[in-house]
Amino acid sequence: MKIAVCVKQVPDTWAEKKLTDADRTLDRESADGVMNELDEYAVEEALLLTEASGGEVVAVSMGPDKAEETVRKALQMGADSGIHIVDDSLHGSDAIATSLVLSKVLADKGFDLIIFGSESTDARMSVVPAMVAERLGVPQMTFANKVEVAGETLKIQRQTEYGYDEVESSTPAVVSVVEKINEPRYPSFKGIMAAKKKPIETVTVADAGVDAGQVGLAAAWSQVDQFSERPPKAAGVKIEDDGSGGVKIAEYLSEQKFI
Amino acid sequence: MVQRLLPTREAEALLDLTRDIADAELRPVAAHHEDNGEFPREVFRVLGKAGLLGLPYPEEWGGGGLPYEVYLQVVEELATAWVSVAMGVSVHVLSCFPVASAGTRAQQAEWLPPMLGGELLGAYCLSEPQSGSDAAALATTAAPTGDDYVVTGTKAWITHAGEADFYNVFARTPGTTGATGVSCLLVDADTPGVSAAPPENKMGVRGSTTAQMIFADARVPGPRLLGREGEGFGIAMAALDAGRLGIAACAVGLAQAALDTATAYARHREQFGRPIGQFQGLAFLLADMAARVQAGRALYLDAARRRDAGLPYGTEAAIAKLVATDNAMAVATDAVQVLGGAGYTQDFPAERYLREAKLLQIVEGTNQVQRVVISRNLLR
Ligand SMILES: Cc1cc2nc3c(=O)[nH]c(=O)nc-3n(C[C@H](O)[C@H](O)[C@H](O)COP(=O)(O)OP(=O)(O)OC[C@H]3O[C@@H](n4cnc5c(N)ncnc54)[C@H](O)[C@@H]3O)c2cc1C
Ligand SMILES: Cc1cc2nc3c(=O)[nH]c(=O)nc-3n(C[C@H](O)[C@H](O)[C@H](O)COP(=O)(O)OP(=O)(O)OC[C@H]3O[C@@H](n4cnc5c(N)ncnc54)[C@H](O)[C@@H]3O)c2cc1C
Repeated sequence: MKIAVCVKQVPDTWAEKKLTDADRTLDRESADGVMNELDEYAVEEALLLTEASGGEVVAVSMGPDKAEETVRKALQMGADSGIHIVDDSLHGSDAIATSLVLSKVLADKGFDLIIFGSESTDARMSVVPAMVAERLGVPQMTFANKVEVAGETLKIQRQTEYGYDEVESSTPAVVSVVEKINEPRYPSFKGIMAAKKKPIETVTVADAGVDAGQVGLAAAWSQVDQFSERPPKAAGVKIEDDGSGGVKIAEYLSEQKFI
Repeated sequence: MVQRLLPTREAEALLDLTRDIADAELRPVAAHHEDNGEFPREVFRVLGKAGLLGLPYPEEWGGGGLPYEVYLQVVEELATAWVSVAMGVSVHVLSCFPVASAGTRAQQAEWLPPMLGGELLGAYCLSEPQSGSDAAALATTAAPTGDDYVVTGTKAWITHAGEADFYNVFARTPGTTGATGVSCLLVDADTPGVSAAPPENKMGVRGSTTAQMIFADARVPGPRLLGREGEGFGIAMAALDAGRLGIAACAVGLAQAALDTATAYARHREQFGRPIGQFQGLAFLLADMAARVQAGRALYLDAARRRDAGLPYGTEAAIAKLVATDNAMAVATDAVQVLGGAGYTQDFPAERYLREAKLLQIVEGTNQVQRVVISRNLLR
């Protein structure tokens, strides 16, 4: 089985995120870049599947030069090779452009399964996996908390608010995973050394067969005109307990529509 | 985050991995285990899987093939999160040393892969109730009997006692005295006659089990002798030269954590209308703490680089251990001071650092013994 895992570099989850003044896109320089957390689950699932029944795992990332670190991290965890889609014209791409480029690159390589994390911690839209599936004309098997492949049949448990649906499709297919699915491994020092020798192919927009005019900030379907910083935290409400503390807390919570 | 000079990108990736593990697996549970005196065996499994239990040994046997310069910075980074675990890694690495340095190729091929691969945990049994600093006065005996050795005696203060899978035991041939009669044996935990006493009730580093190990006529097969009979004391001392650097790295990590705690507090705590860090009296205290941390780091790295280059480093290792651990004690004491009353409570980690730092001035040669080593080498 040939599996692609799409991984994204995002600003460290706990870091303060900022937009740049210049073009109002996310400031990727101001915080350390890390692999999007849910993508670690995607890598783990790909590794578990190939460890059980053979095959290869290719980590694919679209992002600036620094995003190579995230491809490398997937290789350290155990992926066999990487594809880094990097091109100045991609800066500011929206989900539609991202899915276009990813799908072009993925279509070329003939994967049986393409696995994503179900959302990224920076954009949080959860739409790229579905868009890629649509563009490739393959089933979209999203929000999986369990994945099984037997021959050309793919079965997932699709996480819902109250439980899960069992969904079945043929392969090739696109899968997105939620964090319930597994416990991602740490890379090992051996994995770090092995990753040194694993190939990472760099692909430009032209290599992908995409016209640079279709991607980047100028081609985005929406634009940020203006933004302001989150207001500083308000002082909060202090409730002194003179015997009626419980009632006052309940009143406050219901005023705020929490209960 | 400490900016480090590392030799390769892979070493940087290793330190990133170490920080990730420290943040996710060590920091959140350290205080709980310390309060309850619980040894975190599962944490060592995670470290073992990640390859952190065999870093400075040859790749041929499943180690990381790394210089001490890099391995020790991993220990330092672990110590910023939890000294018990960092010291445990150092002790495990110490207890792989006799096989790696004095074992035959056949012994290395048989035992090193599981020891370095992280499945097994090691312990190092030199000290005894009546022989601590004067290690050559050890009384445990290993009597050649047929093809075996029969080991009899009590080892004291053994880190990982009862938790470890293998024990390096230094014991003497009956009838000998002093350093010359000592041999080194590799003893399996499940050897009949080997048992651990109840753990010591320590003031700190309670997440690391310390107890006596009792050898009651334990039969150890002859092929488990490392080096030749009578070479054990030399092996023990060579192991400690390297082990001391591990303790120095633990001390620097601990001191860094204490400094970070104090600095963060001084930024936010206000008295007399401003953050206390803005009073020069307090700011200078922080400056001296930072200088002490960095001095310890520079010393252990210098000694490590000498070792990596194949140069003699015993004196430098003793100096690094002495200064780094004395500095850690001073820094931890000052961290409590910076936090004022809060520093004296268990709501903040400063008091824990203070209790932990004290141990590092005692283990693997007290700081008096380091001075004995340094001055003896000076006057030789
Ligand atoms: C938590 C913990 C873990 C340990 N882990 C291990 C382990 O895994 N394996 C192991 O073998 N041992 C271990 N030890 C033992 C440790 O190495 C000894 O405690 C140490 O060597 C000191 O020996 P002692 O406690 O018997 O003190 P003593 O040797 O009795 O020393 C008492 C005091 O006298 C001083 N002193 C002694 N001789 C001299 C001298 N010649 N000149 C000046 N001052 C001197 C010492 O510096 C010290 O201040 C551990 C100890 C502790 C507390
Ligand atoms: C066990 C215990 C019992 C106590 N009992 C009592 C009691 O019975 N009654 C009572 O009233 N109080 C009591 N205290 C409070 C004690 O007096 C205070 O802890 C002490 O005055 C320090 O205040 P603080 O803890 O708020 O530290 P802070 O005042 O916040 O000081 C933090 C650090 O900043 C330094 N600092 C502050 N200002 C300056 C400055 N201008 N220049 C340089 N450095 C500065 C301090 O020296 C300290 O190192 C007790 C405290 C403890 C821990």
